Amino acid sequence: MNLSLDNKTFVVMGVANKRSIAWGIARSLHEAGAKLIFTYAGERLESSVRELAESLDSQESIVLPCDVTNDEDIAKCFASIKEKVGTIHGVAHCIAFANKEELNGDYLNTTRDGFLLAHNISSYSLTAVAKEAKELMTEGGSIVTLTYLGGERVVTNYNVMGVAKASLDASVKYLAADLGKQGIRVNSISAGPIRTLSSKGVSDFNSILKVIEGKAPLRRATTPEEVGDTALFLFSELSRGITGENIHVDSGYNILG
Amino acid sequence: MAEVLERVTKVIVDRLGVEESQVKLEASFKEDLGADSLDVVELVMELEDEFDMEISDDDAASIGTVGDAVTYIQSKL
Repeated sequence: MNLSLDNKTFVVMGVANKRSIAWGIARSLHEAGAKLIFTYAGERLESSVRELAESLDSQESIVLPCDVTNDEDIAKCFASIKEKVGTIHGVAHCIAFANKEELNGDYLNTTRDGFLLAHNISSYSLTAVAKEAKELMTEGGSIVTLTYLGGERVVTNYNVMGVAKASLDASVKYLAADLGKQGIRVNSISAGPIRTLSSKGVSDFNSILKVIEGKAPLRRATTPEEVGDTALFLFSELSRGITGENIHVDSGYNILG
Repeated sequence: MAEVLERVTKVIVDRLGVEESQVKLEASFKEDLGADSLDVVELVMELEDEFDMEISDDDAASIGTVGDAVTYIQSKL
Protein backbone atom coordinates (compact mmCIF):
# COMPACT_ATOMS: atom_id res chain seq x y z
CA MET A 1 0.00 0.00 0.00
CA ASN A 2 1.47 3.34 -0.98
CA LEU A 3 0.55 6.78 -2.22
CA SER A 4 1.18 6.05 -5.88
CA LEU A 5 -1.56 7.13 -8.29
CA ASP A 6 0.07 5.58 -11.36
CA ASN A 7 -2.44 4.72 -14.07
CA LYS A 8 -5.15 6.74 -12.35
CA THR A 9 -6.93 9.76 -13.76
CA PHE A 10 -8.26 12.72 -11.80
CA VAL A 11 -10.29 15.77 -12.75
CA VAL A 12 -9.13 19.00 -11.11
CA MET A 13 -11.74 21.75 -11.29
CA GLY A 14 -11.00 25.33 -10.32
CA VAL A 15 -7.38 26.16 -11.08
CA ALA A 16 -7.15 29.92 -11.72
CA ASN A 17 -3.44 30.59 -11.35
CA LYS A 18 -0.25 29.36 -9.70
CA ARG A 19 -1.54 30.35 -6.25
CA SER A 20 -4.75 28.33 -6.52
CA ILE A 21 -5.29 25.61 -3.93
CA ALA A 22 -6.47 23.47 -6.86
CA TRP A 23 -3.01 23.88 -8.36
CA GLY A 24 -1.43 22.68 -5.10
CA ILE A 25 -3.64 19.61 -5.31
CA ALA A 26 -2.76 19.10 -8.98
CA ARG A 27 0.95 19.18 -8.21
CA SER A 28 0.64 16.62 -5.40
CA LEU A 29 -1.39 14.30 -7.63
CA HIS A 30 1.04 14.78 -10.50
CA GLU A 31 4.01 13.91 -8.31
CA ALA A 32 2.20 10.72 -7.29
CA GLY A 33 1.97 9.73 -10.96
CA ALA A 34 -1.64 10.65 -11.69
CA LYS A 35 -2.91 11.68 -15.09
CA LEU A 36 -4.76 15.00 -14.79
CA ILE A 37 -7.69 16.66 -16.49
CA PHE A 38 -8.18 20.34 -15.73
CA THR A 39 -11.44 22.22 -16.14
CA TYR A 40 -11.80 25.98 -16.18
CA ALA A 41 -14.74 28.39 -16.21
CA GLY A 42 -14.73 31.03 -18.92
CA GLU A 43 -12.19 31.98 -21.56
CA ARG A 44 -10.61 34.44 -19.16
CA LEU A 45 -8.86 31.59 -17.33
CA GLU A 46 -8.11 29.25 -20.20
CA SER A 47 -4.63 30.45 -21.11
CA SER A 48 -3.51 30.55 -17.50
CA VAL A 49 -4.73 26.97 -16.87
CA ARG A 50 -3.18 25.71 -20.12
CA GLU A 51 0.14 27.32 -19.30
CA LEU A 52 0.20 25.67 -15.87
CA ALA A 53 -0.93 22.30 -17.22
CA GLU A 54 1.84 22.41 -19.79
CA SER A 55 4.39 23.13 -17.09
CA LEU A 56 3.84 19.65 -15.65
CA ASP A 57 6.42 17.34 -17.13
CA SER A 58 6.13 13.74 -18.30
CA GLN A 59 2.59 13.43 -19.51
CA GLU A 60 0.13 15.51 -21.40
CA SER A 61 -2.75 16.93 -19.37
CA ILE A 62 -6.18 17.55 -20.80
CA VAL A 63 -7.74 21.01 -20.40
CA LEU A 64 -11.50 21.48 -20.87
CA PRO A 65 -14.05 24.24 -20.28
CA CYS A 66 -16.77 23.58 -17.69
CA ASP A 67 -19.35 26.09 -16.51
CA VAL A 68 -20.73 24.52 -13.33
CA THR A 69 -23.82 26.74 -13.37
CA ASN A 70 -25.01 24.95 -16.50
CA ASP A 71 -26.06 21.28 -16.33
CA GLU A 72 -25.66 20.80 -20.06
CA ASP A 73 -22.14 22.17 -19.93
CA ILE A 74 -21.20 19.80 -17.08
CA ALA A 75 -22.67 16.86 -19.03
CA LYS A 76 -20.77 17.92 -22.13
CA CYS A 77 -17.54 18.25 -20.20
CA PHE A 78 -17.79 14.79 -18.64
CA ALA A 79 -18.88 13.26 -21.96
CA SER A 80 -15.72 14.69 -23.44
CA ILE A 81 -13.67 13.29 -20.55
CA LYS A 82 -15.29 9.87 -21.07
CA GLU A 83 -14.39 9.98 -24.72
CA LYS A 84 -10.79 10.89 -23.97
CA VAL A 85 -9.96 8.66 -21.00
CA GLY A 86 -12.94 6.38 -20.32
CA THR A 87 -12.59 5.91 -16.58
CA ILE A 88 -11.73 8.46 -13.90
CA HIS A 89 -10.77 7.82 -10.28
CA GLY A 90 -11.53 11.10 -8.64
CA VAL A 91 -12.55 14.73 -8.83
CA ALA A 92 -11.06 17.69 -6.96
CA HIS A 93 -13.86 20.26 -6.73
CA CYS A 94 -12.22 23.61 -5.91
CA ILE A 95 -14.93 26.02 -6.98
CA ALA A 96 -16.61 28.87 -5.16
CA PHE A 97 -17.94 32.30 -5.93
CA ALA A 98 -19.80 35.14 -4.26
CA ASN A 99 -20.25 38.78 -5.15
CA LYS A 100 -17.35 40.75 -3.74
CA GLU A 101 -19.62 43.40 -2.24
CA GLU A 102 -21.29 40.70 -0.15
CA LEU A 103 -18.00 39.54 1.35
CA ASN A 104 -17.91 42.65 3.46
CA GLY A 105 -19.99 44.16 6.26
CA ASP A 106 -23.15 42.54 7.60
CA TYR A 107 -24.37 39.14 6.39
CA LEU A 108 -27.84 40.53 6.97
CA ASN A 109 -27.50 42.61 3.80
CA THR A 110 -27.08 39.60 1.52
CA THR A 111 -29.43 39.85 -1.46
CA ARG A 112 -31.59 36.99 -2.67
CA ASP A 113 -29.69 36.92 -5.97
CA GLY A 114 -26.33 37.01 -4.23
CA PHE A 115 -27.39 34.22 -1.89
CA LEU A 116 -28.55 32.02 -4.76
CA LEU A 117 -25.46 32.77 -6.84
CA ALA A 118 -23.08 31.81 -4.02
CA HIS A 119 -24.99 28.59 -3.32
CA ASN A 120 -25.33 27.71 -6.99
CA ILE A 121 -21.63 27.94 -7.78
CA SER A 122 -20.11 27.03 -4.42
CA SER A 123 -22.44 24.29 -3.20
CA TYR A 124 -24.87 22.89 -5.76
CA SER A 125 -22.06 22.48 -8.28
CA LEU A 126 -20.59 19.63 -6.19
CA THR A 127 -23.83 17.68 -6.46
CA ALA A 128 -24.18 18.41 -10.17
CA VAL A 129 -20.58 17.38 -10.83
CA ALA A 130 -20.83 14.25 -8.66
CA LYS A 131 -23.84 13.12 -10.65
CA GLU A 132 -21.91 13.20 -13.93
CA ALA A 133 -18.58 12.07 -12.49
CA LYS A 134 -19.98 8.91 -10.89
CA GLU A 135 -20.78 7.53 -14.33
CA LEU A 136 -17.07 7.59 -15.14
CA MET A 137 -15.95 6.19 -11.78
CA THR A 138 -16.58 2.60 -12.73
CA GLU A 139 -13.73 1.38 -10.53
CA GLY A 140 -14.89 3.38 -7.50
CA GLY A 141 -13.25 6.66 -6.64
CA SER A 142 -12.86 9.68 -4.43
CA ILE A 143 -14.33 13.16 -4.61
CA VAL A 144 -12.71 15.94 -2.62
CA THR A 145 -14.05 19.46 -2.19
CA LEU A 146 -12.70 22.52 -0.40
CA THR A 147 -14.55 24.08 2.47
CA TYR A 148 -13.69 26.62 5.14
CA LEU A 149 -14.17 27.24 8.85
CA GLY A 150 -16.52 30.09 7.93
CA GLY A 151 -19.15 27.41 7.22
CA GLU A 152 -18.96 26.12 10.82
CA ARG A 153 -18.47 29.37 12.70
CA VAL A 154 -18.81 33.05 12.02
CA VAL A 155 -15.72 34.47 10.30
CA THR A 156 -15.82 38.23 9.79
CA ASN A 157 -16.67 39.25 6.19
CA TYR A 158 -16.97 35.64 4.99
CA ASN A 159 -20.75 36.05 5.19
CA VAL A 160 -22.80 34.39 2.45
CA MET A 161 -19.83 32.26 1.45
CA GLY A 162 -19.85 30.75 4.93
CA VAL A 163 -23.53 29.88 4.58
CA ALA A 164 -22.80 28.32 1.18
CA LYS A 165 -19.92 26.32 2.71
CA ALA A 166 -22.31 25.00 5.40
CA SER A 167 -24.54 23.81 2.58
CA LEU A 168 -21.53 22.28 0.85
CA ASP A 169 -20.51 20.47 4.08
CA ALA A 170 -23.98 18.93 4.36
CA SER A 171 -23.86 17.96 0.68
CA VAL A 172 -20.60 16.08 1.29
CA LYS A 173 -22.37 13.90 3.87
CA TYR A 174 -25.46 13.23 1.77
CA LEU A 175 -23.40 12.52 -1.34
CA ALA A 176 -21.14 10.18 0.66
CA ALA A 177 -24.24 8.27 1.76
CA ASP A 178 -25.56 8.05 -1.81
CA LEU A 179 -22.31 7.12 -3.53
CA GLY A 180 -20.81 4.78 -0.94
CA LYS A 181 -22.49 1.73 -2.41
CA GLN A 182 -20.65 2.37 -5.67
CA GLY A 183 -17.34 2.55 -3.87
CA ILE A 184 -17.13 6.31 -4.30
CA ARG A 185 -16.00 8.33 -1.29
CA VAL A 186 -16.78 12.02 -0.77
CA ASN A 187 -14.78 14.17 1.63
CA SER A 188 -13.78 17.75 2.20
CA ILE A 189 -10.71 19.64 3.25
CA SER A 190 -11.12 22.75 5.36
CA ALA A 191 -8.01 24.73 4.52
CA GLY A 192 -6.72 27.55 6.64
CA PRO A 193 -6.60 30.92 4.85
CA ILE A 194 -4.24 30.94 1.87
CA ARG A 195 -3.46 33.97 -0.33
CA THR A 196 -5.33 33.16 -3.52
CA LEU A 197 -7.24 35.11 -6.12
CA SER A 198 -10.46 33.99 -4.40
CA SER A 199 -9.49 34.71 -0.82
CA LYS A 200 -8.32 38.19 -1.81
CA GLY A 201 -11.97 38.86 -2.62
CA VAL A 202 -12.81 38.60 1.07
CA SER A 203 -12.56 42.05 2.58
CA ASP A 204 -9.43 42.67 4.67
CA PHE A 205 -8.11 39.16 4.04
CA ASN A 206 -4.58 40.14 5.09
CA SER A 207 -5.81 40.61 8.69
CA ILE A 208 -7.42 37.14 8.77
CA LEU A 209 -4.11 35.68 7.62
CA LYS A 210 -2.16 37.52 10.30
CA VAL A 211 -4.37 36.19 13.09
CA ILE A 212 -3.70 32.60 11.94
CA GLU A 213 0.04 33.13 11.74
CA GLY A 214 0.03 34.52 15.25
CA LYS A 215 -2.39 32.16 17.00
CA ALA A 216 -2.68 28.78 15.24
CA PRO A 217 -0.96 25.94 17.15
CA LEU A 218 1.61 25.54 14.37
CA ARG A 219 2.09 29.35 14.21
CA ARG A 220 2.12 29.51 10.45
CA ALA A 221 -0.23 30.03 7.54
CA THR A 222 -1.48 27.08 5.53
CA THR A 223 0.19 26.38 2.18
CA PRO A 224 -1.36 24.97 -1.00
CA GLU A 225 1.20 22.14 -0.77
CA GLU A 226 -0.15 21.08 2.64
CA VAL A 227 -3.68 20.97 1.25
CA GLY A 228 -2.42 19.16 -1.87
CA ASP A 229 -0.79 16.42 0.18
CA THR A 230 -3.93 15.88 2.27
CA ALA A 231 -5.93 15.69 -0.95
CA LEU A 232 -3.44 13.10 -2.22
CA PHE A 233 -4.16 11.06 0.91
CA LEU A 234 -7.92 11.37 0.35
CA PHE A 235 -7.54 10.31 -3.29
CA SER A 236 -5.29 7.38 -2.42
CA GLU A 237 -6.13 3.93 -1.09
CA LEU A 238 -4.66 4.92 2.27
CA SER A 239 -7.93 6.72 3.06
CA ARG A 240 -10.16 3.91 1.79
CA GLY A 241 -12.17 3.74 5.03
CA ILE A 242 -12.95 7.47 5.14
CA THR A 243 -16.03 9.06 3.61
CA GLY A 244 -18.34 11.95 4.47
CA GLU A 245 -15.48 13.43 6.48
CA ASN A 246 -13.98 16.90 6.72
CA ILE A 247 -10.27 17.28 7.48
CA HIS A 248 -8.97 20.63 8.73
CA VAL A 249 -5.61 21.52 7.19
CA ASP A 250 -5.22 24.79 9.02
CA SER A 251 -2.20 24.62 11.34
CA GLY A 252 -4.73 23.56 14.01
CA TYR A 253 -6.52 26.89 14.15
CA ASN A 254 -10.01 25.36 14.35
CA ILE A 255 -9.38 23.79 17.78
CA LEU A 256 -8.91 27.13 19.51
CA GLY A 257 -11.65 28.43 21.81
CA MET B 1 12.78 55.50 -7.90
CA ALA B 2 14.43 53.93 -10.92
CA GLU B 3 14.87 50.58 -9.23
CA VAL B 4 11.27 50.46 -7.98
CA LEU B 5 9.94 51.42 -11.41
CA GLU B 6 12.09 48.75 -13.02
CA ARG B 7 10.79 46.03 -10.72
CA VAL B 8 7.18 47.22 -11.01
CA THR B 9 7.53 47.27 -14.80
CA LYS B 10 8.81 43.71 -14.86
CA VAL B 11 5.86 42.51 -12.74
CA ILE B 12 3.40 44.31 -15.04
CA VAL B 13 5.00 42.99 -18.24
CA ASP B 14 4.98 39.42 -16.87
CA ARG B 15 1.47 39.64 -15.51
CA LEU B 16 -0.35 41.53 -18.25
CA GLY B 17 1.70 40.43 -21.23
CA VAL B 18 2.20 44.02 -22.42
CA GLU B 19 5.29 45.57 -24.01
CA GLU B 20 7.72 47.30 -21.69
CA SER B 21 7.31 50.49 -23.76
CA GLN B 22 3.61 50.62 -22.84
CA VAL B 23 4.37 50.72 -19.11
CA LYS B 24 4.50 54.49 -18.59
CA LEU B 25 3.95 56.23 -15.28
CA GLU B 26 0.68 57.74 -16.45
CA ALA B 27 -0.63 54.46 -17.91
CA SER B 28 -3.85 53.25 -16.30
CA PHE B 29 -3.92 49.51 -15.57
CA LYS B 30 -7.49 49.12 -16.71
CA GLU B 31 -7.72 51.65 -19.52
CA ASP B 32 -4.25 51.59 -21.08
CA LEU B 33 -2.86 48.19 -20.14
CA GLY B 34 -6.01 46.12 -20.64
CA ALA B 35 -6.21 44.76 -17.08
CA ASP B 36 -9.54 43.42 -15.84
CA SER B 37 -10.51 43.24 -12.16
CA LEU B 38 -8.89 39.82 -11.68
CA ASP B 39 -5.67 41.06 -13.30
CA VAL B 40 -5.60 43.93 -10.84
CA VAL B 41 -5.94 41.57 -7.86
CA GLU B 42 -3.19 39.36 -9.29
CA LEU B 43 -0.97 42.39 -9.86
CA VAL B 44 -1.44 43.56 -6.30
CA MET B 45 -0.46 40.10 -5.02
CA GLU B 46 2.59 39.96 -7.27
CA LEU B 47 3.67 43.39 -6.04
CA GLU B 48 3.14 42.31 -2.42
CA ASP B 49 5.46 39.36 -3.06
CA GLU B 50 8.02 41.32 -5.06
CA PHE B 51 8.40 44.03 -2.41
CA ASP B 52 7.57 41.82 0.59
CA MET B 53 4.86 44.19 1.75
CA GLU B 54 1.20 44.22 2.48
CA ILE B 55 -1.12 46.37 0.40
CA SER B 56 -4.45 46.89 2.16
CA ASP B 57 -7.73 46.70 0.25
CA ASP B 58 -8.28 50.45 0.60
CA ASP B 59 -4.77 51.27 -0.59
CA ALA B 60 -5.07 48.83 -3.50
CA ALA B 61 -8.32 50.51 -4.55
CA SER B 62 -6.52 53.86 -4.83
CA ILE B 63 -3.84 52.52 -7.19
CA GLY B 64 -5.02 53.17 -10.73
CA THR B 65 -1.87 53.90 -12.71
CA VAL B 66 1.71 52.65 -12.88
CA GLY B 67 2.79 55.90 -11.24
CA ASP B 68 0.35 55.35 -8.36
CA ALA B 69 1.86 51.93 -7.75
CA VAL B 70 5.44 53.22 -7.81
CA THR B 71 4.66 56.14 -5.49
CA TYR B 72 2.78 53.88 -3.07
CA ILE B 73 5.55 51.29 -2.92
CA GLN B 74 8.23 53.94 -2.41
CA SER B 75 6.28 55.44 0.47
CA LYS B 76 6.20 52.04 2.18
CA LEU B 77 9.79 50.90 1.65
